[in-house]
Amino acid sequence: MTQPVSNCPNCGAKVVFLWSSSVQTVCEYCKSILIRTDVDLKKVGEVADLPPDTSPIQLNTEGTYRNRAFVVAGRILYEYEQGGWNEWHLMMNDGKSGWLSDAQEEYAVSFLASGQKLPSESQLQVDQQFNWSGDRYSLSVITKAHYRGVQGELPFEYWDKIDVSFADFRTTTRKFATLDYGDAEPALYLGEFVEFDELKLKNLRQFEGWS
Amino acid sequence: MSVGPPPLQSPPEPAVKALNCPKCGAAISLRALGQAVSVVCESCHSILDAKDPHLQILQTFEKLISSDTPLIPLGTRGKVRGTDYEVIGFQRRSIKVDGIRYSWHEYVLFNPYKGFRYLTEYQGHWNDVAVCKEQPVVDTRFSIALEANYLGETYKHFQTADATTDFVLGEFPWQVCVGEQAKLTDYVHPPRVLSREKTAGEVAWSIGEYLEGKDVWSAFHLRGSPPEAIGVYENQPSPVGPDIRQLWMAFTAFVIGLFILMIGFETQTKKEPVFQASYQLNPGQASGEASFVTDVFELTGRISNVEVATLADVQNNWIYLNCALINQDTGQAWDFGREISYYYGRDSDGSWTEGSTKDSVVVPSVPAGHYYLRIEPETAPLHPRIVYSLEVRRDVPVAGFYGIAFLMLLIPPILVSWRSFSFERSRWSESDHPPAPIFNTENS
Repeated sequence: MTQPVSNCPNCGAKVVFLWSSSVQTVCEYCKSILIRTDVDLKKVGEVADLPPDTSPIQLNTEGTYRNRAFVVAGRILYEYEQGGWNEWHLMMNDGKSGWLSDAQEEYAVSFLASGQKLPSESQLQVDQQFNWSGDRYSLSVITKAHYRGVQGELPFEYWDKIDVSFADFRTTTRKFATLDYGDAEPALYLGEFVEFDELKLKNLRQFEGWS
Repeated sequence: MSVGPPPLQSPPEPAVKALNCPKCGAAISLRALGQAVSVVCESCHSILDAKDPHLQILQTFEKLISSDTPLIPLGTRGKVRGTDYEVIGFQRRSIKVDGIRYSWHEYVLFNPYKGFRYLTEYQGHWNDVAVCKEQPVVDTRFSIALEANYLGETYKHFQTADATTDFVLGEFPWQVCVGEQAKLTDYVHPPRVLSREKTAGEVAWSIGEYLEGKDVWSAFHLRGSPPEAIGVYENQPSPVGPDIRQLWMAFTAFVIGLFILMIGFETQTKKEPVFQASYQLNPGQASGEASFVTDVFELTGRISNVEVATLADVQNNWIYLNCALINQDTGQAWDFGREISYYYGRDSDGSWTEGSTKDSVVVPSVPAGHYYLRIEPETAPLHPRIVYSLEVRRDVPVAGFYGIAFLMLLIPPILVSWRSFSFERSRWSESDHPPAPIFNTENS
């Protein structure tokens, strides 16, 4: 793997990896999407201009989830017919990778869950029930979204996507699950809804007239 | 981490974005910093796509027939649960029940960090509403859902109705549309209300908490006074407090205390008699024997009662004592007559008894002083020898006082229960489950 500090193959600017397992990053200066290989960084595309930011979270925002500190290292921005939402890539202080989703300032933290039996997209029906890791999840909504852009570091290559389907599951507690059908194999994320104040976020975006 | 370039500091996002309505050209303020999905022109009431930089027109509706002015103007900021929120949207919705349309108002509140919240207002009753983070569980044992459980609390079904959006203004975090229908189901657990809203695409749950108009007025620094609340609202907390059971439990505790007190006084602090004597009525003596007087005894202390207890060995017989308690010093007399009779026997139903060989009478309000009793015994003409004794006690506890205390203690819980009962009747009379009338009116 490349060293934590390299140079952008496109514009030569310094590229710093916050997280050793990052697979992809975006050059802050020329917006080139860079894939990390064993020897160097490879430019695979460019990010179109992202729409003006509406989330109070930004790269390098810090916070705490269940007594584990994290820093925001990257994000994926999705859009669907009712608007957009962000999946912020969290680098937890135990080296794990997590996700903080922000949809109209409703926040949720989730982690990739492996080793579960997952339904294929065509089998899905609203109100279907599934048991994962001892909790009962009920399918609430299937969302057809499209990929709008990326920023910062991600734990996988994510640059050539167009349309992505998500299935969201709710429980009777704050726990929720999301099935991501963006790849050939579905990926399950298990997490919970959180209150903004619980995350004790620092280095947030400032909004004029609000504090 | 510090080896890289410092993170790019972006300037603060402007709070309000100014655009123009594509239909009438009036200025449109976007207050939700791009989080809104729809925005309604305050001038021509066109519903515009807030996500589109050109504010494409989604719908226009006739404002003249349904115009409405928000009580809290758009752009007003106030503190809700410790967080500043700005009013960015306003809508009027209604349901139709038995041909009557009931309208209420909803205000969309926004904070760029905490997101959206809502205020609802119906006839002066307010609710602070947020989207549920946990999914409520509806009891589906019955064909109609009568209960819902949320965060360990049970909510009772109040009403299910089809709501229509009649009027919109400002910004909304969803695609708003006049005429849109939704099936609303409310479950109540005062002061909270759990609402299920079903539209074509999805089911959304929200949780509301009752607010008084004056609290809304002070939170948003509004002038004047809020509209007066009319009637009882579905999740309005009962004015008699949340738990009448506590009051009844307190009452029960008081009664138990009273009972212990009574037992204590009756047994432990039983007063020694101030006078005690035995007499006999010999056989053959003429009935209506001449009266006699007892020795003088002293009653002390404050004005209090005097108990005169009698014991007579009457067997299938009776004795009547015509008594007077007489103050030797003043001559004041308290007259009373007591009959003691005791009968027993055996018949086809078994053995039976009637009456008692004991009697007791309490003379109230007797001042201190030297007293004696004048006694005039009477009995049946032919009688065996009857032995009877008298005991005089000062300042005895009277069971009747305990009865009065019991009734006094009973007044508050009864009154409160009645108030609560009528409040709950008013509440539920507006629901899908109205209480049965207390008095049946024949001609209705």
